[in-house]
Amino acid sequence: MQRLARCLPLPLLLAGLLAGCAPEGGSGSGVQSAKLSAVQGRGTLICGVDGKLPGFSFVGPDGTYSGLDVDVCRAVAAALFGDPNKVEYRDLNSSERFAALASGEIDLLSRNTTMTLSRDSSGGNALSFAPTVFYDGQGVMTPKASGITTLQGLAGKPICVESGTTTELNLADRMRELNVPYTPLKFQTGDQTYAAYLGGRCVAVTSDRSQLAAKRTSFPQPDDHVLLPDVMSKEPLTPATVNSDAPWADVVRWTVNALFQAEELGLTKANIATKVAEAKANPKLADLRRFLGVEGDFGKQLGLPADFVPKVIAAVGNYGEVFDRNVGPQSPLKLDRGSNKQWKDGGLIYSPPFR
Amino acid sequence: MPPSSSSKLSPPLPPTGDTPPPWWRDRRVVPWLVQAAVGLVVLLVIAFLLGNLVRNLSAAGLLLTWRWLSQPAGFDLAESIVPFDAGMPYWRGLLAGLANTLRAVVGGLVGATVLGTLAGMAAFSSNGLLRGLARVYVEVVRNIPLLLQLVFWYFVVFLTLPNGAAAFQLPGIVLAKSGLYVAGLAEGLRWQGPHLLNGVWQAPVRLSVEFAALLTGLIIYSGAFIAEVVRGGIAAVPKGQWEAASSLGLRWFTTLRRVVLPQALRVILPGLNTQYISLAKNSSLAVAVGFSDLYSVAETTLNQTGRAVEVYLILLGVYLSLDLLISALMNGLNQLVQIRER
Amino acid sequence: MNSLLRRLRHELFATPGDAVLSVALLALLTLAMGGLLRWALVQANWAVIQANSTLFAVGRYPAEQQWRLWLLTSLLVGAAGLSWGLLRAHPRADRQGLLWPRNDRVAVGLLAGLAVWLPWALGLTGGIQARWWGLAALLIGLRWLAGRQGASWPPRLLKLVPLVWPLLYLTGMVLIGGGLGVAKVSPSEWGGLLLTLLSASFAILLCFPLGVLLALGRRSELPLLRWASVIYIEFIRGAPLITLLFLGQNIFGFLLPNGLAPERVWRAAWVLTFFAAAYLAEAVRSGLAAVPTGQVEAARSLGLSQARALQHVVLPQALRVALPAMVGQFISLLQDTTLLSLIGLLELLGVARTVMANPEFLGKNAEVYLTLAVLFWCCCAALGLGSRALERRLDPRTVPSR
Repeated sequence: MQRLARCLPLPLLLAGLLAGCAPEGGSGSGVQSAKLSAVQGRGTLICGVDGKLPGFSFVGPDGTYSGLDVDVCRAVAAALFGDPNKVEYRDLNSSERFAALASGEIDLLSRNTTMTLSRDSSGGNALSFAPTVFYDGQGVMTPKASGITTLQGLAGKPICVESGTTTELNLADRMRELNVPYTPLKFQTGDQTYAAYLGGRCVAVTSDRSQLAAKRTSFPQPDDHVLLPDVMSKEPLTPATVNSDAPWADVVRWTVNALFQAEELGLTKANIATKVAEAKANPKLADLRRFLGVEGDFGKQLGLPADFVPKVIAAVGNYGEVFDRNVGPQSPLKLDRGSNKQWKDGGLIYSPPFR
Repeated sequence: MPPSSSSKLSPPLPPTGDTPPPWWRDRRVVPWLVQAAVGLVVLLVIAFLLGNLVRNLSAAGLLLTWRWLSQPAGFDLAESIVPFDAGMPYWRGLLAGLANTLRAVVGGLVGATVLGTLAGMAAFSSNGLLRGLARVYVEVVRNIPLLLQLVFWYFVVFLTLPNGAAAFQLPGIVLAKSGLYVAGLAEGLRWQGPHLLNGVWQAPVRLSVEFAALLTGLIIYSGAFIAEVVRGGIAAVPKGQWEAASSLGLRWFTTLRRVVLPQALRVILPGLNTQYISLAKNSSLAVAVGFSDLYSVAETTLNQTGRAVEVYLILLGVYLSLDLLISALMNGLNQLVQIRER
Repeated sequence: MNSLLRRLRHELFATPGDAVLSVALLALLTLAMGGLLRWALVQANWAVIQANSTLFAVGRYPAEQQWRLWLLTSLLVGAAGLSWGLLRAHPRADRQGLLWPRNDRVAVGLLAGLAVWLPWALGLTGGIQARWWGLAALLIGLRWLAGRQGASWPPRLLKLVPLVWPLLYLTGMVLIGGGLGVAKVSPSEWGGLLLTLLSASFAILLCFPLGVLLALGRRSELPLLRWASVIYIEFIRGAPLITLLFLGQNIFGFLLPNGLAPERVWRAAWVLTFFAAAYLAEAVRSGLAAVPTGQVEAARSLGLSQARALQHVVLPQALRVALPAMVGQFISLLQDTTLLSLIGLLELLGVARTVMANPEFLGKNAEVYLTLAVLFWCCCAALGLGSRALERRLDPRTVPSR
């Protein structure tokens, strides 16, 4: 014991030192942004995601992340470093996500988060929102066998909901409006919520409709569950950064816009290389040249490499590709584009001009 | 200690003659120097942390305020013995959560004490099988994390219970997926048992399965620790007491109840205090099984308001007071036992 | 045979009441065990464990870097075999040194059985199975070699052997996290059993000195020191661990200058450490209280300074008395790592929750939770057994004075 007591402290101290501090950020470009230079100095982007939601962010058996939210992170990493894999993912549950962002724990929150006034405002959660990447609405799913077709049918029944979400508040509001008594069963994480629903503890589960559809595909018998026609709310799912760093928010905003714009211009992962070559060869394609960074200094204005757009598109493809791959026809979710079509096709996806 | 090394370790002989030791080695000064140094370090650390906190919070626009407590919460709770709905302010929600926590703690205390005492007594049974079972119970339960046990009870046991007419039925008690139904006094002071109404069980007393799972987990986990405390207490009673009682013709159980347990209680009570406090704190794991205890409500509140520091201050204050309350009660009980002894 | 029957009768059927109880208990036990066995062998679908065994073991640790973990495991296994053999080669003075006591033979048999059965049951690929066999062979081989040759090794070399462990711990840190020329693997990619063991061992090692200091502080005659220790200990012991962990995750960032807060995983490990230190302090304090004042007085009268008396006389005795309570704390610390899953870290339980969210394995709660329970039970029971063995070794009644 004596010997033990004597030789313990030294290695402990060393271990403590090793474990110690995270690296500080280095210096970046001419743009004054603490966050941007910190991220660039670190060499990786720290991105907060859900981690357990098929289609949006999900860990496969090989340990890699995939999904629409994940592709936003990858796109930003590609814009910053030219490498979409330089991302560190943090699985966050809905109750800890804002604190993680506010304390500087994560650089970017891409976790199916609804944009609201109180979350945006400085007096509220003080977030800064990028363009919405998925327009959604809150829905309710019930087992077909329950025979419930309206919200009124849920009177007196237990409803499963994830705590700390706008969903929880919307549910309370809507049910109060309709004067329908109900029992909200709240869980910390989505997986527990759906486990309780599938276990038959609640006769309904409520969440964003896309999330419900995504989860339904993973059920043993997807056809045994139906989404009620009621849409309880608007849920614009949007990546967010902190309010206090505008240049960093700009980087995220315009990376997302680049995804939208690329789809509008017909640039894809497959043709981006040829398109860049084309733009370089042909000085008349001014719009395309500016967009791809062949001409002008849009990248530099943001504090990014001049050719950040081609890097982003080469890494994840345009918005349409991202959508189709993760939640659209090429995925098990098979969601309709709906409101998430390009504005030219009557949807809400719209990028301000790159000029 | 070999003599050679001890002579090496001895300090240089104290200075003889008139020269007093330098002031910094004066025995009256050294303690104050040490204290001043420690105090300075502690103060500096606290000042550093608080300074950062205030700076970072004001940068994030989140300086301490308590006004949000009276704003409407906007969320509902599944169960509460204090009336609460989404239109009521946050402090009412936290109060409802506290009431739920107290309910779980009190239920857990009673259940774990009963189970633990039985299991602790079983360790002294003349029946080898019972002794063995008590041992296995303690060894199995103590070596598996409580959180794992809780999610096991909830997701594996309670959520696979049958519903409706297929539910487990005992006289006066029905256990179904929708909850645990117990007979009791209904309106008009009529004794009423659980009964099916349109495929849904009804009874005067209904516990949700979330609460039942939390309670089961807490009772079984703490019961194992209490069993060890009780066993230790009984083992501390001299063997002669058993022998004397049995030579008087008292039976095993009577001996235990009348002779041994009262004496063991003095050893048991301090140990019980520790277990009770940890049970009270463990009740915060309710969040893993969807029960709206204080901690779970606080977490929701934190998320809806973004007031992390304030919410934590409330949480820490409440749990600390709960612990102090339990300690005070147990100390009182302890004194009662000691007085009876004299 | 006859004596066994007699014993059974005495234990189970001494009185009619006992007999009834025994029969009822036996019937209940048979039913329960039968049900469990039927479920485990017939109904349960263990594919969820087989398919995700890597996730459970190391989480999302990059596959191309996993050789480092294999290297670390072999180093650990080698050191364990060496220490084990040397312990047997140098038995205590009062015992005749059996090279292969019965316990050891049982342990080796168990290990060999596990090494063959487990890789097969997990459906691991041939290469990985072979590695496990190699590890088992390494352990048993070194145990055999050190047990045989250890007695004749030079004492100077033997003195260095205990140093292998702290060295190995530091090497392990580097191997796992990277640095010193090894590629970095960020803590957010550690997971599963690796993260569980790492955070537990980190907290156990660091809370020990902290706890001893706090205990000494609490018994100090200097009021400021005493009150600071008391306030710290009681504050920590008054708060549920989960609130402290969330505090660590959500408020730590506010308490330090921007960007200086350590990684999430380390933050949780530090919170665990600070938490456990308060409890450990209480265990050590009870040990200190058990050392008679005469011991200090005797040491002081021999001319030892206060610090020396503490180091050479008081602490060794106090720690020996406090050992069972301390190990109890370590065991609960290991169990407390499951709470990391509630703050979104992917330790064993966190990984389990991710796995069960995977559409393929939805609703496999029972299989996963039972596996985890068995795993935790083995780890905790092993810690308990080890502590009892250490207690016996350190017991002054069995150690002859030298």
